[in-house]
Amino acid sequence: MKKNTLKNVGTFLLFGGPSTFAFTAVVLIPFIVGLYLTFTNWDVATNDGSLIGFSNYVDVFHDKIYLGQLWFTIKYVFFTVLISNLIAFFVALALTSGIKGEQWIRTGFFTPNLIGGIVLGYLWQMLFSQVLPYLGEKYGWTLFETSWLTSTGSAFWALVIATSWQLVGYLMIIYIAGFSGVPHDVLEAASIDGAKRSTIVKKVILPLSVPAIVICIFISISRAFLTYDINLALTKGGPFNSTELASYHIVKKAFLSNQYGIGQAEAVVLFAVVAIVALTQSYLLKKMEVES
Amino acid sequence: MVERQSWIKSISLYLLLLAFLFPFLLIVMNSFKKTQYFVDNPLAFPTSFSFDNYISAFKSMQFPQAFVNSLLITVISVLIIILFSSMTGYLLVRFKWKVNNVLFYVMLASMTIPFQVIMIPLVMIYGNMGLLNTKTILLFMYTGFGIPFGVFTFHGFIKGVPYELEESAFIEGSSRFNTFFRIILPLLKPVIVTLVVLDVLWIWNDYLLPSLVLLSPEHRTLPLSTFAFFSSYSVDYSPLMAGLIMTIIPVLVLYLFLQKQIIKGITEGALK
Repeated sequence: MKKNTLKNVGTFLLFGGPSTFAFTAVVLIPFIVGLYLTFTNWDVATNDGSLIGFSNYVDVFHDKIYLGQLWFTIKYVFFTVLISNLIAFFVALALTSGIKGEQWIRTGFFTPNLIGGIVLGYLWQMLFSQVLPYLGEKYGWTLFETSWLTSTGSAFWALVIATSWQLVGYLMIIYIAGFSGVPHDVLEAASIDGAKRSTIVKKVILPLSVPAIVICIFISISRAFLTYDINLALTKGGPFNSTELASYHIVKKAFLSNQYGIGQAEAVVLFAVVAIVALTQSYLLKKMEVES
Repeated sequence: MVERQSWIKSISLYLLLLAFLFPFLLIVMNSFKKTQYFVDNPLAFPTSFSFDNYISAFKSMQFPQAFVNSLLITVISVLIIILFSSMTGYLLVRFKWKVNNVLFYVMLASMTIPFQVIMIPLVMIYGNMGLLNTKTILLFMYTGFGIPFGVFTFHGFIKGVPYELEESAFIEGSSRFNTFFRIILPLLKPVIVTLVVLDVLWIWNDYLLPSLVLLSPEHRTLPLSTFAFFSSYSVDYSPLMAGLIMTIIPVLVLYLFLQKQIIKGITEGALK
């Protein structure tokens, strides 16, 4: 019996040991230390701190700048999720209805997902700061005459557009997979009954692809809420720190101002906001799910 | 009528695609021009092709070094993630011990935690131990972050592998370790491809984690050197565009070869 236990311990260490060690050291312990950190006034210089209760969280909820940025982030997430899902949905719909060169179009729309946020941000920075103003001046389009990155309102849309540009291709792939799950006989029956294409989309495809919609909105919400790279490369938080998304603010707070405790409390608050928003939408949308 | 409608649909889809790919076309076109010509007219085709921008970006980005750093970090992390998480996935399927169940659910739950919640204590802990600023520690961190999803994915696949396949090997006296590598691992090929695709895209393009861990210039990965390059040459656009293209090309090549697997990987990864 004892020999068997020993053998089991050996098997566990051999097959699970390395994974458990790396996972514990990189994810688990920092997560727990992080929660502890939010209740301290950690000083990076002396590498010491004492417990101060919920005071960091109270500070976070009184910090008008962070709350403003959180609100800015929520607006950014809302429009990014809306625009990218609408485009992805209709592109996927067109692609699954038998179109020439489907494979190529799909490949093309997916390409922005191969590049990281830094490269993507700089790419769009050049477009917004150089190319569009050139077009605006040449053809007298006042919309583009000044760089979008110089005012808060238009820099906001620059962020939304650049992020959606990447998300569309990714979500499209999931929508395509979702649509191919809609049974053919149901579609056929609907068209034999003389339903118009728009009616079929609204009454058949849409309700049957609720699971895909839930996944896509979930993914786009969580990705948009955590945007950092694109923000850094495209607007660098400017003009005058007015386009700092929550993640950007947290990185600055922690690693430039060295306020680990408050920075971590802000990160936990952001996590809570993402979780609440993402789970609520899943719950609400899942109610609309139907069986074919 | 139907014919005409589908024509309109095709054409508008192609126009949208063109608008989508326009940013790429633009930087490719302008990467061959002098900055002066780009500022004068960014939409004009280059009148003469010159690779000067590429040469200057190649040098000032320290491209070869950044490329090798990115390659080493990506390849080694992905290999370790695949190896460790496939073994653990197997362990969790074949042995229903209590500790295994706990491990599985803790890993599953941890997948919801965003990196932003981990990064500050991570830098604090490893900084205090004096372990930051080496490629090895970055490899270790990518392993830790990549393992939960890997274990979860392998676990789901191995559940469907019948035990009888291994039984005969055990009867012949093969050890569990050997059996895993001889019989189970070869069966996992489709899942491995999916995971490799997802992990490569993640690690190759990641910026935030390496920016916190790798501090000296000689360790810079491609995203880090792109960032450094843009921070120091922010007016000379043409070399910057050449730099962007050089960063994109390696993944683009991978995409052209592995297109089907990438699409499949994304779909499966998302639906999990």
